[in-house]
Amino acid sequence: MFESLTELLNQNDIFTVATLLQYWDGLVTTVQLVFLSLVVGLVIAIPLAILQSLNNPFISKPIWLYVYVFRGTPLLIQLYIIYYGITYIDGIQESFWWHIFKDPFYPALIAFALNTAAYTTEIIRGSIAQTSRGEIEAAKAYGMSWWQMTRRIVLPSAFRRALPAYSNEVIFMLHASAIASVVTIVDLTGAAQNIYSRFYAPFEAFTFVALIYLCLTFLLVFIFRKLEARLLAHLRPRTH
Amino acid sequence: MSPDQPQLIADDIHKTFGDLEVLKGVSVNARKGDVISMIGSSGSGKSTFLRCINLLEIPTSGEIQVHGEQIQFKTNRLGERVPANNKQVEKMRSRLSMVFQSFNLWSHMTVLENIVEAPVQVLGRSRREAKEYAEDLLNKVGLYERRDYYPTHMSGGQQQRAAIARALAMDPDVMLFDEPTSALDPELVGEVLKVMRGLAEEGRTMIVVTHEMAFARDVSSEVVFLHQGKIEERGAPSKVFDNPDSERMKQFLAPKY
Repeated sequence: MFESLTELLNQNDIFTVATLLQYWDGLVTTVQLVFLSLVVGLVIAIPLAILQSLNNPFISKPIWLYVYVFRGTPLLIQLYIIYYGITYIDGIQESFWWHIFKDPFYPALIAFALNTAAYTTEIIRGSIAQTSRGEIEAAKAYGMSWWQMTRRIVLPSAFRRALPAYSNEVIFMLHASAIASVVTIVDLTGAAQNIYSRFYAPFEAFTFVALIYLCLTFLLVFIFRKLEARLLAHLRPRTH
Repeated sequence: MSPDQPQLIADDIHKTFGDLEVLKGVSVNARKGDVISMIGSSGSGKSTFLRCINLLEIPTSGEIQVHGEQIQFKTNRLGERVPANNKQVEKMRSRLSMVFQSFNLWSHMTVLENIVEAPVQVLGRSRREAKEYAEDLLNKVGLYERRDYYPTHMSGGQQQRAAIARALAMDPDVMLFDEPTSALDPELVGEVLKVMRGLAEEGRTMIVVTHEMAFARDVSSEVVFLHQGKIEERGAPSKVFDNPDSERMKQFLAPKY
């Protein structure tokens, strides 16, 4: 196995140890960017979805606007606006923040996190709205406060219902992260572009990176399938 | 507190939905060990009355006292009557367990988790203590073997018995039953009524909205017949069923076919 791999590497000029390391670095960047975006996005989305379901127009209208704007414009445009927009903030280039934001990773992280937060808010809001009226009444009738009811009844059941839609969002985010390469981030796609331009071998360079994305997707699908099997047991017919 | 002190007083409850007056002054007084059956045709307001007692519906007027403590109301900015103190309402509700027509078990929790939930979260019991008690109660309603099942994996009768165990776990002063057998297949009604008879015999204080006339007759200390939001007839089951004063009650009892 190992010998055949070495043999394969010797047979071509493109997939050398050096280029594979470039792909590896790109993979690390992609995974970091996507993972952090999702975590930040979820941390933003959960409170927004809860606030949204309070049905207070002064709270829900601004959230609605945020979700509408981020779902209504292309992620690429959001990335451009945030990446270039940050440089226009007065005095930022003299401040401490510039050390962080001159690295394109962070503007991209902000754009991705805000984008996925908007979609995730909508997913969670929808599944909160689907909570059974009867289960909410039972929580009230047993003396639970609003916060106890939200924490123990509404959210656990909403998260479970949201899981299939959220797994789509995660996979979408992984694939959307490819556009990070347009703001000079060397993620997986960025690495593939570098290798393509060095060897002028677009087919090999991009086919290889496509395979890596496929593997990542497969891994995500596997993880979510396991999660769903655990957390959605109550929605499946019992097999015994 | 004297033993005769009522566990629950609902006094002159009115409830209006828009232009429709569903309750026109209904009063009930439950002493320890009372089993009060509320009967009447659909739309007579009996379920609404029960839901007014634990404030799932806010009565338009009328007073509620649980264990001698009167629920405080105020008027909000929109001119609606609302509870003055949410903490008081939560405390009051935790002393009145409700059993619903459609069970309303929490679907993402197993039977055992359903029963443990409110005692731990609301009454502040330890999880271990609540679990031991829950297992006793599951034995009592005959569901110990099903303790790790999710509600959707059980029959309606089993779900309702689990819901009764959930209600008992709160050690309530009064249990409120909102048509507990109406959503059940006929062959499953018996198992639920059997559990409820057992509770009545133990001396539990219960208010039961029901269509089960045999149950109301055998088990109740008082039967209340509601018609169009008013009490048409009330008294001991023997009086209400065998010797009613009201024409409506006679019609209600008359064979329909």
